[in-house]
Amino acid sequence: MSKNNYFSSSVGKKQLMGITGLALCGFLFAHVSGNFLLFVGAKEYNMYSHALISNPFLVLAELGLVLFILIHMVQAFVLTRMNKEARPVKYAIKAKGEKATSLVSTYMWQQGVIILVFIALHLWTFKYGEVIYAEYDGVQVRDLFGLVVQVFQSPIYLAGYLLALLVLGLHLSHGFQSTFKTMGFNHPKYEPKLKLMGHSFAAYVALGFMVQPVYIYLFH
Amino acid sequence: MSENSKNMTIHLKLWKQDGPKSKGAFVSHTVKDVSPDMSFLELIDVVNSEFIKKDKRPVEFDHDCREGICGTCSMVINGEAHGPQKATTTCQLHMRSFCDGDTITVEPFRAKTFRVVRDLVVDRSSFDRIIQKGGFVSVNTGNAQDANNIPISKPDSDRSFSAAACIGCGACVAACKNASASLFVAAKITHLSLLPQGQLEHRQRALNMVDQMDKEGFGACTNTGACSLACPKEISLDSIALMNREYLKSSVKER
Ligand code: FES
Repeated sequence: MSKNNYFSSSVGKKQLMGITGLALCGFLFAHVSGNFLLFVGAKEYNMYSHALISNPFLVLAELGLVLFILIHMVQAFVLTRMNKEARPVKYAIKAKGEKATSLVSTYMWQQGVIILVFIALHLWTFKYGEVIYAEYDGVQVRDLFGLVVQVFQSPIYLAGYLLALLVLGLHLSHGFQSTFKTMGFNHPKYEPKLKLMGHSFAAYVALGFMVQPVYIYLFH
Repeated sequence: MSENSKNMTIHLKLWKQDGPKSKGAFVSHTVKDVSPDMSFLELIDVVNSEFIKKDKRPVEFDHDCREGICGTCSMVINGEAHGPQKATTTCQLHMRSFCDGDTITVEPFRAKTFRVVRDLVVDRSSFDRIIQKGGFVSVNTGNAQDANNIPISKPDSDRSFSAAACIGCGACVAACKNASASLFVAAKITHLSLLPQGQLEHRQRALNMVDQMDKEGFGACTNTGACSLACPKEISLDSIALMNREYLKSSVKER
């Protein structure tokens, strides 16, 4: 590395933030995909979660996730402060014509805060929530399916959950494609494809997570 | 256009601020009989002549070429840098872009680095300091070459040329929610680094210019694209990606 300090530069900070965000996207992809077992049945869902919980490497993965979230958060905090300081006096009027930008990209950190609160609540409800047991073929496992059914009986909880996922989807729809630009990837040929990919990914994650509790609420 | 062919009445709210440290405020002023063919700067000229007649201090604003090539005419019109029309500087914006009876709010470019000197005039010397860090070629490139003596691919020369269209007006900073100068710096890096003469110093250039941009106190890029939309020369957001790539690679490789 040169004498210019990469990690204290605005570009370096953004790249760190983008890369950790992308890594978290990988986690979301695995999480939402695995959770589709909810539609297969209670046993399959519980056995899958049991396999995950009992895997000794899970702690390592969890530590990694915590680290990524922390880096992502700290960078967001530092950058947001720097960005706010760069414009101490606000404009009286906001652009609204052809030169206005999407609201999603404008309110990234606010979305981040909502997602953070959601993650905390989510872990508290499920990972550290009530432990119910089920038994399959003599093996005692945590009945997370039962917990999911129990939690999503409340329409208020369901509504809040869906709202948080909507915010997550919006966050991803900008963040995913933006990361590529931040990392320096650009090509006129792939630009539209990348945009489509970003939006599809966001839709897959958000809608994937949304249909699961709705299904549980309606049919269990 | 037809409804706009008659002369109009325009209500203005203009930012007035005596000096960098004083508190500014909007002053309201109505101009009658505004020709739709008038440029926006000509409208302010009219306002100022009316102010002078009434013994009021005129509104100060920056301008020079009035033909869209110098980048001096900095102002934010109704929340948009250089006003509502894309690919246009304020001096090239005409009153036909507005309607009779409109209220138009005019503010200076707002950023910590763009200190207000007076009214709509801001200090953009931070851009000069960034340029001083590498926005040039300092290696000896010999005498002027014969045409086509140095092979450059068509896409590269096109991209370089589009980036070179940057007039350094600062609208990118003004429009960005983070007051980031990324588009300006990226345009200079793209312009020079894609050409053989500029390539020789491309690493130092990327590192030093980004470094200076941060030192000046501009914000970071969120890829909202507001800069590119506001840019009178329509510099593409692609150039920021190129700057990011150059910066990353140079950080790793440069000693
Ligand atoms: S006065 Fe030169 S670009 Fe507007």
